[in-house]
Amino acid sequence: MVPTLTATPAPTGRAAASPVRLRGVTRSFPTSTGLHHVLAGIDLDIAAGEIVALIGASGCGKSTLLRQICGLDTADAGELLIGSDPVRPVDQRCAMAFQEPRLLPWRNLAENVALGLPPGTPAAAGRARVGELLHLVGLGEYADRLPRQVSGGMAQRTSLARALARNPEVLLLDEPFGALDALTRLNMQDLLLDVHAAEPTTVVLVTHDVDEALYLADRVALVGTDRPGGGADIRSAITVPGSRPRDRGDAELAALKVQLLEGLGVHAQHRR
Amino acid sequence: MSTVTDGRTDLARPDAAGDAPGVPGGPAGGESAGSSAGPATGSGAPRRRRRWEIPHRAYAVGLLGLLVPAVLLAAWHWASSTGVFAVYQLPPPASVWEAGLDMWSRGELTHHVAISTQRVLLGFAIGASLGLVIGAFVGLSRWSSVLFAPTIGAFRAVPSLAWVPLLILWLKLGEDSKVTLIAIGAFFPVYTMVAGALRHVDSHLVELGRAYGLKPLSLFTRIQLPAVLPSVVSGLRLALAQAWLFLVAAELAGASMGLGFLLTDSQNNGRVDRLVLAIVLLALLGKLTDSIIGVAEKRLLRRWI
Repeated sequence: MVPTLTATPAPTGRAAASPVRLRGVTRSFPTSTGLHHVLAGIDLDIAAGEIVALIGASGCGKSTLLRQICGLDTADAGELLIGSDPVRPVDQRCAMAFQEPRLLPWRNLAENVALGLPPGTPAAAGRARVGELLHLVGLGEYADRLPRQVSGGMAQRTSLARALARNPEVLLLDEPFGALDALTRLNMQDLLLDVHAAEPTTVVLVTHDVDEALYLADRVALVGTDRPGGGADIRSAITVPGSRPRDRGDAELAALKVQLLEGLGVHAQHRR
Repeated sequence: MSTVTDGRTDLARPDAAGDAPGVPGGPAGGESAGSSAGPATGSGAPRRRRRWEIPHRAYAVGLLGLLVPAVLLAAWHWASSTGVFAVYQLPPPASVWEAGLDMWSRGELTHHVAISTQRVLLGFAIGASLGLVIGAFVGLSRWSSVLFAPTIGAFRAVPSLAWVPLLILWLKLGEDSKVTLIAIGAFFPVYTMVAGALRHVDSHLVELGRAYGLKPLSLFTRIQLPAVLPSVVSGLRLALAQAWLFLVAAELAGASMGLGFLLTDSQNNGRVDRLVLAIVLLALLGKLTDSIIGVAEKRLLRRWI
């Protein structure tokens, strides 16, 4: 699907990107009024090195789905594979970046990134890798700042660098730019593409920003349900035409955007 | 460029000119500081360094803190020398000072202070360590909390003096009973603060730790303990104050040396000057040890405050 990216040789010492395969993934949560169905039979195949965006309305189960992939939460039924091995509880082949930066406030940026290093990394190699990653996300000069001394966008870039420090086979991003202002968000999207070009791992991105999904992803999967109270499944998965970097004003993307917004229950007419 | 702000110039910050948006608590929300990071602004000294550049201010604050004690001393001198209080009720500061010098020259004063300090530090160390460990268990494990928290809470309600007869019965009059009583006093503040704070550690950070594969022990040492460090230090400060309180309780009942013994002994002999001396010494020692923790707290929590 993305031969140009997967063909790029991985830089030395990095884990290779892995494909992800979901079959019939189902998850419900018990509540006082009975079972609350969140996911009902999710089927999704993600190629190694691919960027897939999951979009859907608030509370539709996107984040729950992301948690299944990294094993932070366990499915009631279904099969989840990373490569050819099942997902383990809190699978260390994945790294997650959350909507909030979640930096440890008492550690400086470099020490926060170092938290992501795989266990057993030699100290010198770890320091070098942290420096390299901070440089990659444009924070080389800020390594010894504390999180409260930097802006929200810088904190979120640190969080991304921390996830990359794990050398993940699958990088999971849970609305990573959702809390940022519009301009910062656009810069962060370009940064993510640069990072992906430098470290081509598999990326699963949860977002409810259709423009963001179309700009970043190889494919966009619409998560949702047609029955009130029923669990979500993949309503449709579209392959985004063209190759990155894309033109944000592309007419073909604008048409796809209308189609995706319709799928989310938003009508394009009313917007004019 | 050297604008004057609250009494000192910006010259104290060599990076003040170049790095305006970055230093004082973070840029307002722009992304500009990062992606266009000019190499000239790289020094980026964090705010904490400035603290060491203005020691004269700390001295001034310290001196101001001595103002009220000086006034109290003068009032004390005035009250006892003009006859507001009789000398047998409140001896003047000078005679308390002389009583102190007299005991010092015979080596008694050092002896009393040394043994009391030793008891406090020993009891504090034991009680605070136990408080940290048990507080951690009760704060982190729902089961230990359900099982033990009510019982520990009930023991906490027992006043210090109530333990004395039992401890003497079990451990005799020696050091063990006194150190144990002080350890009991030091245990509860640390236990209460640690257990309470651990229950409210940001769940996002705990989940982050789990997501990055931290096992319970490393989750505790790398995320939960650092997150509650300010509470731990407050608990330690309270515990130290409690330790001095419980010291007097321990020494009032059956001791042959120490500041508590000096209190009862002076009362029995009618040496009001020594009695006041013991009180002043307790105040000074308590404040001194508290200040030591205070300084340690500042250095330890530099990144938290």
